[in-house]
Amino acid sequence: MPRYLRNLIIALIVIGVLYGLDFVFQGRLINPYYSRILMLCGISITLAVSLNLINGFTGQFSIGHAGFMAVGAYSSAYFSVTYGMNLANSLGGGKLGWVVALTLATIVGSIAAGIAGLAVGIPSLRLKGDYLAIVTLGFGQIIVVFLNNIEAIGGARGYSGIPIVKSFFWIFLIAILTIVIVYNIVNSAFGRALISIREDELAAEAMGVNTTRYKVMAFVISSAMAGAGGVLLAHFDGYLNPKSFEFIKSFEILIMIILGGLGSIVGSVLGAIVLTILPEGLRGFAEYRMVIYSLLLIILMITRPQGLLGSTAAFAGLRKRIKRMTEGPSGTASSATQSETSIGGENPR
Amino acid sequence: MSTFLQQLINGISLGAIYSLIALGYTMVYGVLKLINFAHGDVYMVGAFMGYYLANGLGQRGAQAIGLSADGLIARGLLGGGTLEPSLITALVVMLLAMAICAALGVIIERLAYRPVRKYSRLTALITAIGVSLLLENGGQVVFGAEPKFFPELFTKRNIDLVGGASITSADIIVLIIALVLMVVLQLIVYRTKTGRAMRAVSFNLQSAKLMGINTDRIIAFTFALGSALAAAAGVLVAMRIPRIDPLMGILVGLKAFVAAVLGGIGNIPGAMLGGLLIGITETMVVGYLNPTYKDAVAFAILILILLFRPSGLLGTVAQEKV
Repeated sequence: MPRYLRNLIIALIVIGVLYGLDFVFQGRLINPYYSRILMLCGISITLAVSLNLINGFTGQFSIGHAGFMAVGAYSSAYFSVTYGMNLANSLGGGKLGWVVALTLATIVGSIAAGIAGLAVGIPSLRLKGDYLAIVTLGFGQIIVVFLNNIEAIGGARGYSGIPIVKSFFWIFLIAILTIVIVYNIVNSAFGRALISIREDELAAEAMGVNTTRYKVMAFVISSAMAGAGGVLLAHFDGYLNPKSFEFIKSFEILIMIILGGLGSIVGSVLGAIVLTILPEGLRGFAEYRMVIYSLLLIILMITRPQGLLGSTAAFAGLRKRIKRMTEGPSGTASSATQSETSIGGENPR
Repeated sequence: MSTFLQQLINGISLGAIYSLIALGYTMVYGVLKLINFAHGDVYMVGAFMGYYLANGLGQRGAQAIGLSADGLIARGLLGGGTLEPSLITALVVMLLAMAICAALGVIIERLAYRPVRKYSRLTALITAIGVSLLLENGGQVVFGAEPKFFPELFTKRNIDLVGGASITSADIIVLIIALVLMVVLQLIVYRTKTGRAMRAVSFNLQSAKLMGINTDRIIAFTFALGSALAAAAGVLVAMRIPRIDPLMGILVGLKAFVAAVLGGIGNIPGAMLGGLLIGITETMVVGYLNPTYKDAVAFAILILILLFRPSGLLGTVAQEKV
């Protein structure tokens, strides 16, 4: 079976399953509290996997992911409020109209976040070292200051009246798309360039990789996907508040990928799920929750700097086996080995 | 003109505080190449140590003149100072807070940073964020999340200057103490053996080790020095603006870091200059433009600096050797 045909079939099956599940959720067969948490997991997965592209695979350190999420969320919300609702109604107000309007909103949000990523990435990624960390941190702060002061989008009161689309289908479609995009990037020539930058930037440059260009590209893609996550959040409750995009949010996403292991997509997904459900379970200890979090993080860094599921040998073996199973014996030779080397592990130098 | 002069005075006073914090960032970056995110929170702890010391000393002092302890505790909880305001107590409070925070800095370095030093810098950076969050959230649990009001350590006076501007006695004390601390730091770094070792370590850690310098001790000393300066800044800030809370270190810490980058990270005079520039720009924006954007100023400066002069105003471009 040709590759594209197989991929097409898989895509159709995934969409079908999602659509079916969507009915289950729409029909309220599941406790709305649980389905809400599940959908929040989907949003977290989008954010975590996209952050992993820049932090885990490219080895650059961005800690302002919530800022890009905010750009995506607010721009798409503004689009939906001013144009999207009219558009959906003029298309009959039915399902088709909303699919078009929401798709456009997602594109608007992603592009806006991508542009923000370009603006932040170009000055900071020309330089080696920790500059990206501090610039993204600063960007996250500036965005919150601005959001608090722009009256057209609600200012500090928050932005309400955004059309609500609580769709399991939509959220998980974006989440799966993010995973597929990141997976394909990582397993391409582009991805190999990114990983070479992570392993040794100087050596990569010497081998002819245009490091700045690749770093900026990865960063823009990552920001755009964070923007898509923001779009989902904006339309999830129909209300946005600048407070939900402060530094602590970026940090939550960061912990997800560190817990799961930098440079591991499966790890990011698991980290996102665990850290979305865990706070619900820890509601009783709200006061000590962050203390425990931060202590765990320090201990994790000291004892297992590559994260819980960081690409360890055991894990790479499992991945290879899955690859062999899905590609069959005549499949092309395994090319998954490049992601086995771990980031955050022992520095070779 | 009077607005300008007034904002300049406020800016220099604020800038002196940023400089003190920026020095800690720049020294630690110099020896370890680590952005010590927890530094801003050490500054917060310094302010709280000052608060508790001031109230504690105040009680002791009041007991000596025969007041009941119960009434004093109640007054202490209300945030009212029970202290005989004097410059000496202010100095004692500050020096004790500096000593406590120096110890805290050494403990942080020993328990959190030293074990991850052998891993990549990314690991160290994440650990630093972890420590920062631990101090912030631990602070909320230990000190309480609601803001506290620093007791008045000396009577505040306004002194009128020429041109219609005025300066408070708190500002004068902040400036004098900051100046003295910076001179002392210069003397330590450039005139003592330990200071020479510090400079050697920041020049090249491996070679310094080969030359027989006990690098672990020097790194710990650097943390102690930086944390003490941050604590001094915390107490000084609390003297100017008495409202303190466990999250006060986040934004100030970030701005001080920007100041360190502006001056050229790793460069001690650069940190002082950067702090002053950030402080003055910020108060000018408050005075002439929109005060709501004052928190965005430092980061706008940061992005400009990275675009046009990434090594900072006084920094030198490091040659990369393979």
